[in-house]
Amino acid sequence: MSDLTKTPAPDAEQSAAPIPAVDPRLLVREEGLKGYWTEFTRKVRGGELGSLPVFIGLIVIAIVFQSQNSNFLSASSVANIAVYTSGLGIMAVGIVFVLILGEIDLSVGSVAGVGAAVWAVLNVSNGMNDWLAVAIAVLSGLALGLLHGFFFAKIGVPAFVVTLAGFLGWSGLQIWLMGQEGSINAPTGSVVEHLTGYYFEDKAAAYGLALVAVLAYAASLLLDSKRRKAAALPARPVSEIVLRAGFVAVLCFVVAYVLNEPAGARGLPLALVLFLAVLVVADFVARRTTFGRQVFAVGGNAEAARRAGINVDRVRILVFGLSGLLAAFGGLFVASLSGGATKSLGGGNTLMLVIAAAVIGGTSLFGGRGKVWSALLGMIVIQSIQQGLNMLGMASEIQYMITGAVLLAAVVIDSVSRRTQKTAGRA
Amino acid sequence: MIHVFATPVLALRGVSKRFGAVQALTDVDLEIHAGEVVALVGDNGAGKSTLVKTISGVHPIDEGAIEWEGNEVRIQRPNDAQDLGVATVYQDLALCDNLDVVANLFLGSELKSLSVLDEIAMEKRAKELLDTLSIRIPSVRIPVAALSGGQRQVVAIARALIGDPKIVILDEPTAALGVEQTAQVLDLVERLRERGHGVILISHNMADVRAVADKVAVLRLGRNNGVFNVADTSHEEIIAAITGATDNAVTRRQARTATKEDAK
Ligand SMILES: Nc1ncnc2c1ncn2[C@@H]1O[C@H](COP(=O)(O)OP(=O)(O)OP(=O)(O)O)[C@@H](O)[C@H]1O
Ligand SMILES: [Mg+2]
Repeated sequence: MSDLTKTPAPDAEQSAAPIPAVDPRLLVREEGLKGYWTEFTRKVRGGELGSLPVFIGLIVIAIVFQSQNSNFLSASSVANIAVYTSGLGIMAVGIVFVLILGEIDLSVGSVAGVGAAVWAVLNVSNGMNDWLAVAIAVLSGLALGLLHGFFFAKIGVPAFVVTLAGFLGWSGLQIWLMGQEGSINAPTGSVVEHLTGYYFEDKAAAYGLALVAVLAYAASLLLDSKRRKAAALPARPVSEIVLRAGFVAVLCFVVAYVLNEPAGARGLPLALVLFLAVLVVADFVARRTTFGRQVFAVGGNAEAARRAGINVDRVRILVFGLSGLLAAFGGLFVASLSGGATKSLGGGNTLMLVIAAAVIGGTSLFGGRGKVWSALLGMIVIQSIQQGLNMLGMASEIQYMITGAVLLAAVVIDSVSRRTQKTAGRA
Repeated sequence: MIHVFATPVLALRGVSKRFGAVQALTDVDLEIHAGEVVALVGDNGAGKSTLVKTISGVHPIDEGAIEWEGNEVRIQRPNDAQDLGVATVYQDLALCDNLDVVANLFLGSELKSLSVLDEIAMEKRAKELLDTLSIRIPSVRIPVAALSGGQRQVVAIARALIGDPKIVILDEPTAALGVEQTAQVLDLVERLRERGHGVILISHNMADVRAVADKVAVLRLGRNNGVFNVADTSHEEIIAAITGATDNAVTRRQARTATKEDAK
């Protein structure tokens, strides 16, 4: 019905000229770098902080710890942060989806534990093929997540109660699965051992990945800008693309350099590659697919989503399924790091760290707003703090308190920026 | 005027709907033909929005039947209505505040290329559509939360024009609009009729109703209270049907207002 969009000639009695395409009151970004700066300050004042607090936080963390202990930014320390970030970070990606939906999943730690236990029992105790055991472990996480989703979406039990029941119930299942032994070690050379133990020692791996990432990022920005120009839509200017790509390039190559070059460097950890792969795929799903759009819609206004013909129950069940799947996958990383599956894997502060990572990274606890990459940023913050405190020989009770304070700070920033956004008409 | 087909596109037969203790609709009949604008009028709480929601699948009907092009259909979910070709602008606008204008417009019917969201095509189409309704929106890429009430309403109306609906339902579409935008919406209703779409228009503004509607269906306390041809019905007759002039209480009330007017 494209004809409907043809506006009839304006009425003769109307004195006003045809409506201009843009509202004259709209603040347009000025040319050049000054334009970026004014837009940036305006956004910050309007509460659109984005990833800014995290980047500032990371810089502060790096400076503080590096000044206390010059090994903080060493190759082994950075590699360590990268490896420890991946397991919980993958779990945090699932939590990001759940938070965007406006819900919470308290069961991720237990599901991770069950995933690791399933793998250990099948692979180690019963000699099942490595890959098959890993696949079944991950799928059992998916099944548990779908079950939570079913109780939440179809029966209408609040998500935090369902997943709290899961938190208790599945850790019981985990202990039962682990049986007498209490812990099952990952055999040397097994897939799970490699998850966090394998490094691409060839220097080309880290540099190559950095190069591919930068080129892919720049190409996608350029292509998008070209297509938008072809469609006569406002597009990113080339200067901005260069600026963004340059920033990403510096970041990628510095990390690659630190992983490759200094003494003691072991190369690119496989765990980091897998985590990045999960992030790229999840980000694509969230921003570029109908499903991702539906998750945001349900998180923003479930009734509007329903009226738009979205199957709200299906979206909810799938998101909890995804959270379970990623929790179990992350659980295998945790098992790999600690040498095998245990009765208590995924217990303790795992759940808190995972949720904290998503929130610290900038995903709102209030639903409808969030980015997949916040899982990476938040987890790096948390792991850097832990790593730094460990290097300073700080007791774990102090670590808990500091991590708690960081989480509180993140939630305060979230709440305050939400309020500022409301007053600035952006919530 | 467009030729009116014998079988209505949409027909409600004896539709009833209860909400707990409230009997919101009782035995309601309604017919909409292609190329016809039916105004649905009635007092506050008469059941207009509820009737619309039964057609669009938000609240499935309790009793009665819905016919689509002569065949009985069951509308249980919003999806069913969309598949038939019903597009609805709700009185409570039903937009996602966190999504931008483009995302809201295409929610549930996103444009895709190779199963990836085609943001550029959507943005282009969104701009064209909003220009038709001559609304100024700062940017189609800002969250709907940042729009004024009228801007939100235009977005909701534009939403109904995405896809190719056979019946467009507008529940008080001009309630929050300025003069210019109201005129545009009325123009749009006429264009929809010319293109052979059926339109159900709910409005409390009798001037708007008389300007564009072919028929006026009156609801009173959840029941039919007459269907009138706009061309050969006076303003007073419609008002009488809305307020229920046949009721005793209302007759007394009319007498009272009459004396008041005499006194003036
Ligand atoms: N979801 C609901 N739950 C319970 N009762 C409802 C619900 N929706 C509507 N009702 C009741 O149904 C009746 C009809 O409401 P409806 O919204 O259809 O009125 P309306 O004709 O659209 O009024 P208005 O002109 O004010 O928009 C009212 O008595 C209302 O209280
Ligand atoms: Mg109403």
